[in-house]
Amino acid sequence: MPNLLAKGRLARWSGVAGASLATLTTMAGTVLAAAAEHAPDAAHGGEHASGGLPQLNPANFPTQIFWLALTFGVLYYLMSKKALPRVAEVLEARQERISRDLAKAAQLKEEAEAILAQVEKSLAGARSQAQGVIAEASAEIEANNQARQAQLNADISERLRNAEASIAAAKEQALANIRAESTGIVRDITGRLAGVDVDPAQADAAVAAVLEERRG
Amino acid sequence: MDPLHQFQINPLFQIVLGGYDVSFTNSALFMVVAVAAIYALLVMGVANKSMVPGRLQSLAEMFYEFVANLVRDNAGHDARPYFPFVFSIFMFVLIGNMIGMIPYTFTFTSHIIVTFALAATVFVFVTILALMKHGLHFFSFFMPHGAPIALAPILIPIEVISYVMRPVSLSIRLFANMMAGHTMLKVFAGFTVMMISGMGALGFVTGLVPLAINVALTGFEFLVAFLQAYVFSILTCLYIRDALELH
Repeated sequence: MPNLLAKGRLARWSGVAGASLATLTTMAGTVLAAAAEHAPDAAHGGEHASGGLPQLNPANFPTQIFWLALTFGVLYYLMSKKALPRVAEVLEARQERISRDLAKAAQLKEEAEAILAQVEKSLAGARSQAQGVIAEASAEIEANNQARQAQLNADISERLRNAEASIAAAKEQALANIRAESTGIVRDITGRLAGVDVDPAQADAAVAAVLEERRG
Repeated sequence: MDPLHQFQINPLFQIVLGGYDVSFTNSALFMVVAVAAIYALLVMGVANKSMVPGRLQSLAEMFYEFVANLVRDNAGHDARPYFPFVFSIFMFVLIGNMIGMIPYTFTFTSHIIVTFALAATVFVFVTILALMKHGLHFFSFFMPHGAPIALAPILIPIEVISYVMRPVSLSIRLFANMMAGHTMLKVFAGFTVMMISGMGALGFVTGLVPLAINVALTGFEFLVAFLQAYVFSILTCLYIRDALELH
């Protein structure tokens, strides 16, 4: 028990220190007292001129022991029967309150943790549900988009086809007009230049042959 | 100027009981004051029984727990019934020492007869305790375990003397410390007064030196006042432990 040893040493040390200090100061005190006594104008003296320690005067022993026994006895009675039980009561009440509060806090913490677990569980459920809804919605959107795209594509190719057909028809019409015009122009030119009136059917066949040749 | 004047016993009321002079003295007055102060501190401190203690209640509880720990650590759990005794000892010595730090008061713990009577009370208490607990087996305390029988004639007297010397060392330690400190304070205060009366104007300057020493000594004295109360009660605890466990 190093602790006890240290305390024992402390006690011994302070005892030795105290005793030696006491010796020193008693000597100093005695010298001072003697100096005061031998001073020519010593105003005091009389009752304690002896310079001895009042502590060592046996005349005081009975009263000191009597009053010590009385006061210490009263103190012990008051402490053991009145004061200390009251302090102990207060301390115990506080200890009880603290442990009760701690137990309550632990219980509340447990409850809170249970609630937290519950919340997390429902949160996870909600999250997965939300993800399902999102996936469903995006699949639906995707399908919708694709349908519209397909429709749009069909629509566009339909229009393209129509446009191409009408362009081809217009081209055919234009070519036919060109042939008729060309036949007229050919008959007119040959009539004026050669004075030959070409048969319309013959001119038309010649123009058609040239056109056919050009179109390749 | 006599530094020992402060230890003078002055009767306040003359009382004679069975042929003995048991006058109510300045020393007795401060014993009564100490007991009243301790009781007032503890009872008024916990009067409110607050869950969150105020200043006075904190102080009362602090003293209680300090001594309770002292008893538990040094005398063991079996010493619980003797806690009020150790508490009374500690508080009586501590408050006695502390009251002595107030100027114009009387330090009853600076009287050997008071400290010796207290130490003797502790001695008688632990001896009776040991006898009640262990009966005649108590006397084996004076023969250390495992020592050769041949050494008994030397060891037993040494152990008996050291046991019987317990109250002497306990009482002289407290008395000497208190008396030494108070005498020193008075001696240095006396130097200041002597310098002022002897050296005139210069004395007011040189007188500051012992005054400064006195300030430091006063702080030191407060430490000693607490420390000696602590040492007294810790040794009481150790003696109680010896009485309960023998070895």
